[in-house]
Amino acid sequence: MRNSPDGHEEAVRSIASSLRYKPGALLPILHKVQERFGYVPARSLAVIADVLNLSRAEVYGVVSFYHDFRSEPPGEHVIRVCRAESCQAMGAVELVAHIKRKLKLDFGQTSANQRFTLEPVYCLGNCACSPAITIDQEIYGRVTPRRFDDLLAELEGRGG
Amino acid sequence: MNSTIYVPQDSGALSLGAEQVARALKSHGERLGAGTRIVRTGSRGLYWLEPMIEVDTPQGRVAYGPVNATDVGSLFDAGFLDGRGHRLFLGPTEEIGYLKNQERLTFARVGIIDPCALDEYLAHGGYRGLERALEMGGAQIVGEVMLSGLRGRGGAAFPAGIKWKTALEAYAHQKYVVCNADEGDAGTFADRMIMEGDPFLLIEGMTIAALCIGASQGYIYLRSEYPHSHRTLERALELARNRGYLGKNVLGSGKPFDLEVRLGAGAYICGEETAMLESLEGKRGMVRYRPPVPAVKGLFGKPTIVNNLLTFASVPIILEKGGQFYKEYGTGRSRGTLALQLAGNVKRPGLIEKAFGVTLNEIIYEYGGGTASGRRVRAVQVGGPLGAYLPESELDTPLDYEALAARGAMLGHGGVVVFDDTVDMARMARYAMEFCALESCGKCTPCRIGAVRGTEVIDRILSNAERTTNVALLKDLCETMKFGSLCALGGLTPLPVLSALKHFPEDFGLSPERLEAAQAP
Repeated sequence: MRNSPDGHEEAVRSIASSLRYKPGALLPILHKVQERFGYVPARSLAVIADVLNLSRAEVYGVVSFYHDFRSEPPGEHVIRVCRAESCQAMGAVELVAHIKRKLKLDFGQTSANQRFTLEPVYCLGNCACSPAITIDQEIYGRVTPRRFDDLLAELEGRGG
Repeated sequence: MNSTIYVPQDSGALSLGAEQVARALKSHGERLGAGTRIVRTGSRGLYWLEPMIEVDTPQGRVAYGPVNATDVGSLFDAGFLDGRGHRLFLGPTEEIGYLKNQERLTFARVGIIDPCALDEYLAHGGYRGLERALEMGGAQIVGEVMLSGLRGRGGAAFPAGIKWKTALEAYAHQKYVVCNADEGDAGTFADRMIMEGDPFLLIEGMTIAALCIGASQGYIYLRSEYPHSHRTLERALELARNRGYLGKNVLGSGKPFDLEVRLGAGAYICGEETAMLESLEGKRGMVRYRPPVPAVKGLFGKPTIVNNLLTFASVPIILEKGGQFYKEYGTGRSRGTLALQLAGNVKRPGLIEKAFGVTLNEIIYEYGGGTASGRRVRAVQVGGPLGAYLPESELDTPLDYEALAARGAMLGHGGVVVFDDTVDMARMARYAMEFCALESCGKCTPCRIGAVRGTEVIDRILSNAERTTNVALLKDLCETMKFGSLCALGGLTPLPVLSALKHFPEDFGLSPERLEAAQAP
């Protein structure tokens, strides 16, 4: 086994090897890789393909199919805003516009200082508390532009 | 004195600060030496009152809400532990009209018990269905499910008994049971509430299905957007295994069954059963051709029962009380109860479980209290992003599968999203096409190309470029998608688009007469 200087290959290989005997192991492996690195680095595909005895094209096909898997590292904080119908009925369109303006980001972009990544999401299952967003692992409901600003200020205040 | 306070741990309640409330209750209680015990539960589904907390009193549970962490001090001061009055006092929980008038069979325990306490599940009637199923053979279980009239709750409404019978009669050494917990339809959250409020119910329902057909392995395909559900499910599975409800020898029956949660990865199409099976096999979520149906050739080519979470969750009570009991609820060919999820622009959004046959008017006005904005209701989308938009004049429609179909709509997974008169229905129609283009798996042309062209045609209509011609083109395109697509995504996207066009032509810049004139060639 070749050694990569940053241990990336070893880490991916160990994740893939530990899950390879699960039936339909590819998605669980990709989730673990993304959990570890925050994205699925392009160079992990060959390693995963090797462990699962798949072609690199097959692995790439799966990675690129699913919205969750990122090909670039995300910012420190990932903000996801629901664009679906119930949230639209409660002002999500205005909220989205406000957030984009505030963060100076469009959907799918990461700020230059690597602070925030903004992503759309199509339903968080929080439709009874629309509009909904998530910041990292936390979910927020009935988010107004003002509440968003407060949440953002809180995040900046924590310096985290 | 020992008081018990119930604080929901449901994502919806958490999104409104339930965690901070729980923390404040704990620290205040400790400071006062009040000897309080905090139990985390699911949500009762009265979301406009979340975070809603309850306390045990001699008169039963009493509710307060919506509680902010800053209200906690005054709640203690007012003597809420004894159920005394306070600005946020709601009275005995069971007497709140919204809850009292429901018919909760599937959601009987949600919001009441600690979701991760197996003993509470048992004390509230849990696992009685499985015990009965263990005394029965596969054919007898199928018989009860058939008798109940239970139809698939995911949207297709296929009779569950027939699906189970097919899988039972298929011959194979290995069979599977798969739960569709991908709940991608916007406006729906019932599956999530079960997973976060009563996960053993799902485990019990799936175990009964597995016993019925002789499956030893099951999967719960869970959408990645539900991390709280994931955590609760994993915990419940571990507890069930430790107590012998799952494993090599389910309750000493000699029959093996185990369950694994598999996470989706943000693809809406994986809520389609065959795409979901592909995804479980570690592939792109591409829709399969049918036949063969999954009950004959499903996961890894083996006979597989694929049901929506609510379908499985309806099974324990059917086995416990008999198919006849369940069948007595409902109307026509829609038997049992329906978990309606009321959302969007509505004053009192939440979960409403009622027998089939309740009308949209009752749901939106009597339960929902009209719009949150106080404006007029203009449109209601029933059945998720692929459901039709109904105008106010059609809200007398009873909610059952056939009645909705007769109006060119569908019930789907039971989502009801309300819009007030500020909505631009042309924009909603465009969004439906845009969503389909974004989520199409790409296998069939009508969906893959049609949705992209659909978005463009709507843009041309809106910019008044040959409007009448383009409206005719849009209708024609919708016909192609409806009849030519492989699955419901491409096949049903025309439903919101055409219903918006039909009921709200003015938003597309058309008078009703001009709409008539724009007939597809």
